[in-house]
Amino acid sequence: MLELRHRGVGPGPGGAGAPPPPEGVAAGGDHEAESTSDKETDIDDRYGDLDSRADSEIPEIPPSSDRTPEILKKALSGLSSRWKNWWIRGILTLTMISLFFLIIYMGSFMLMLLVLGIQVKCFHEIITIGYRVYRSYDLPWFRTLSWYFLLCVNYFFYGETVADYFATFVQREEQLQFLIRYHRFISFALYLAGFCMFVLSLVKKHYRLQFYMFAWTHVTLLITVTQSHLVIQNLFEGMIWFLVPISSVICNDITAYLFGFFFGRTPLIKLSPKKTWEGFIGGFFSTVVFGFIAAYVLSKYQYFVCPVEYRSDVNSFVTECEPSELFQLQSYSLPPFLKAVLRRERVNLYPFQIHSIALSTFASLIGPFGGFFASGFKRAFKIKDFANTIPGHGGIMDRFDCQYLMATFVHVYITSFIRGPNPSKVLQQLLVLQPEQQLNIYKTLKMHLIEKGILQPTLKV
Amino acid sequence: MNELRLRAVRDPDAPPVEKESEPEVKADGETASDSENRVEAAPLVTPADDTPEVLNRALSNLSSRWKNWWVRGILTLAMIAFFFIIIYLGPMVLMIIVMCVQIKCFQEIITIGYNVYHSYELPWFRTLSWYFLLCVNYFFYGETVTDYFFTLVQREEPLRILSKYHRFISFTLYLIGFCMFVLSLVKKHYRLQFYMFGWTHVTLLIVVTQSHLVIHNLFEGMIWFIVPISCVICNDIMAYMFGFFFGRTPLIKLSPKKTWEGFIGGFFATVLFGLLLSYVMSGYRCFVCPVEYNNDTNSFTVDCEPSDLFRLHEYNIPEVIQSVIGWKIIRMYPFQIHSIALSTFASLIGPFGGFFASGFKRAFKIKDFANTIPGHGGIMDRFDCQYLMATFVNVYIASFIRGPNPSKLIQQFMNLRPEQQLHIFSTLKSHLIDKGMLTDTTED
Repeated sequence: MLELRHRGVGPGPGGAGAPPPPEGVAAGGDHEAESTSDKETDIDDRYGDLDSRADSEIPEIPPSSDRTPEILKKALSGLSSRWKNWWIRGILTLTMISLFFLIIYMGSFMLMLLVLGIQVKCFHEIITIGYRVYRSYDLPWFRTLSWYFLLCVNYFFYGETVADYFATFVQREEQLQFLIRYHRFISFALYLAGFCMFVLSLVKKHYRLQFYMFAWTHVTLLITVTQSHLVIQNLFEGMIWFLVPISSVICNDITAYLFGFFFGRTPLIKLSPKKTWEGFIGGFFSTVVFGFIAAYVLSKYQYFVCPVEYRSDVNSFVTECEPSELFQLQSYSLPPFLKAVLRRERVNLYPFQIHSIALSTFASLIGPFGGFFASGFKRAFKIKDFANTIPGHGGIMDRFDCQYLMATFVHVYITSFIRGPNPSKVLQQLLVLQPEQQLNIYKTLKMHLIEKGILQPTLKV
Repeated sequence: MNELRLRAVRDPDAPPVEKESEPEVKADGETASDSENRVEAAPLVTPADDTPEVLNRALSNLSSRWKNWWVRGILTLAMIAFFFIIIYLGPMVLMIIVMCVQIKCFQEIITIGYNVYHSYELPWFRTLSWYFLLCVNYFFYGETVTDYFFTLVQREEPLRILSKYHRFISFTLYLIGFCMFVLSLVKKHYRLQFYMFGWTHVTLLIVVTQSHLVIHNLFEGMIWFIVPISCVICNDIMAYMFGFFFGRTPLIKLSPKKTWEGFIGGFFATVLFGLLLSYVMSGYRCFVCPVEYNNDTNSFTVDCEPSDLFRLHEYNIPEVIQSVIGWKIIRMYPFQIHSIALSTFASLIGPFGGFFASGFKRAFKIKDFANTIPGHGGIMDRFDCQYLMATFVNVYIASFIRGPNPSKLIQQFMNLRPEQQLHIFSTLKSHLIDKGMLTDTTED
């Protein structure tokens, strides 16, 4: 904030502070003094906006503190700096992948907690960048308000989605029933309280900053919280819907990097100079193949394929079911040109593998746009990494930027092509209706089921 | 805009004076942005006078203050008359008007963004903002149309496909816009572009969601649209009147003209107004019935048996008021009780929307959002207090009034897999048996 206050003085003394400068020159000179310090903000400066001025004033981000653990450093002390960096990245990559496997092994509940943890950390990283850009650390209310809004939105989403899955558990507890029935109203009231606090906290000289932080918070919530909830909804559909997309994105990252490393020649986009067309296309093909194989391997196990359910008798999550049609081997006849290549007439595939091709295609073609978006963001705000959480890689957001669009795509894909409405939600809504309405619906459903032959007219089900 | 562009080039005559004023400015402790704007002169651009000629001539004799008062008064009456005409014309016209208001509000806020960031020279950006508006509207209208026009949609083949894959199509459209944004990032304008992207999304969040909630309320019954909006308007006017005649203690630093007397007087007046208005409106079917689309006549109908809410009930007046009014029982519509809740929200929390807009205008140093309405400013200026009202009414209806939509539930049920249908059927059956609505042997 101090820097902002001194803006009138800051670069001023350099250009306009010198008492008798030729006034006409000072007019332009003032800006010259600032813009020479950073060529890139030349055009931003002409607009003379608060933010673009602050652009040239943000000191270059100091080199990130080295968080590499001591042991690694000692082990790699012999190598040159470039190889050392490569090794650190490699080791951390393997560590993250093993952590991933470990959590998968531990079950869906741990996965949910992990997703929640990542969401909170991503939110924290982006908000911290906002604070630095706007130097608003001194608006103490604002940190409280941002975290409060995060809490509200999470409460709303968890109430809407997760409560559906715990319907049987919820039916038992009286207080929970009350919370569920008036859930929207309670969430809205909580949000309103935050909104009113924001309005009351507007301080005369900091209006613009406060509005910027308000908007920044909301856009961040839009990005991180909605994505994380879609991820959890995909997870409930079946862990395979969570694993295959995420691994496809990770595989695309790694293989595009490797292909680019060995064969890279033509640059892909000005925004990320290190990406190449060879890496892009090579990554695309390898990801499709990887997705295909991963889908094949995972489709065999009930653990991955079944929707996650909460059983009230055992008070835990179970994944046991009769695998749906998607996950049962079917025979497909190969098209002629593949017949010649593979010399087989038919091949046994899971239908899910066909869907995995669509998922991997999205991961390789559109996923990178999420990465470019994050690169553009980092360049816009002149930061090298979102944070320093992971040595060699940067912050959590850096790892998850390509996942950004994937979760939404998978969710939309599932609702459009795979399943219909969510049965638990339908049931929950049915139970909320008036008894007369329930009776009417019961009769309609009964007629429908008998027509379809699902229900025998004489048998009591 | 010219004044704003010229900010970079200072008035050659001004600087000596300004340099001296700088130390005083700093002593004030104002942020540099404030001092910068003062120093660079260019007072707030006075809005071009949009008042029609005829009004100008008619009022040319009065002093400037009274003239302003008359212009505002006449325009207020004009807007209220316009409101009545549209209500008379029916739900379809109302929907169209809501959509137009939404587009105009969006345009006003985006234009402010352009002015703040001087990003008129990024031509892609205007296209992208409007494109995003189109996508989000397509998504919301598609969801609404699918719900309410279900039978019509099922009939027409292309509509059925559009509705089945609606989310996928909307998402694809949005993705295209997103990719275009990424591809349009230009080296020196990154920050500006990200700002405009964020600005567009927040504006969409505010403007488009509100307008769709308004339309949902409308479909619930026109009374749910009219009573809340009139309460907010009444609160505006009443608070102004009470403040004008009795105003003494300022309410909040953000809006120096608001007073506690106006606030409290407006509150009571609005609750009373809400009670009276709901009493009047609850008598008419055209206001009270949910709007439905009739397949045979291919139009909107509002015909139904009024629900329990809109039938006169007798209530016992509590002792306290009995002595005052001298009546033992009173006949009211239950809806009037709900209208007390609605008016209370309109008078107590609605003004926060107004303060939010005032803060916004101060933050970006604009006097009004635009000059659309003479004497009043832009469309957003009139609708800032409505901002929260629509969401509140929608949440209120969903929580307290109606449950889920039975026909929609049946439709969702039909889409489930057979084993899921069976499971739900048996759960429903055991639930009904528990409640005693069904006996185990006879199912009647």
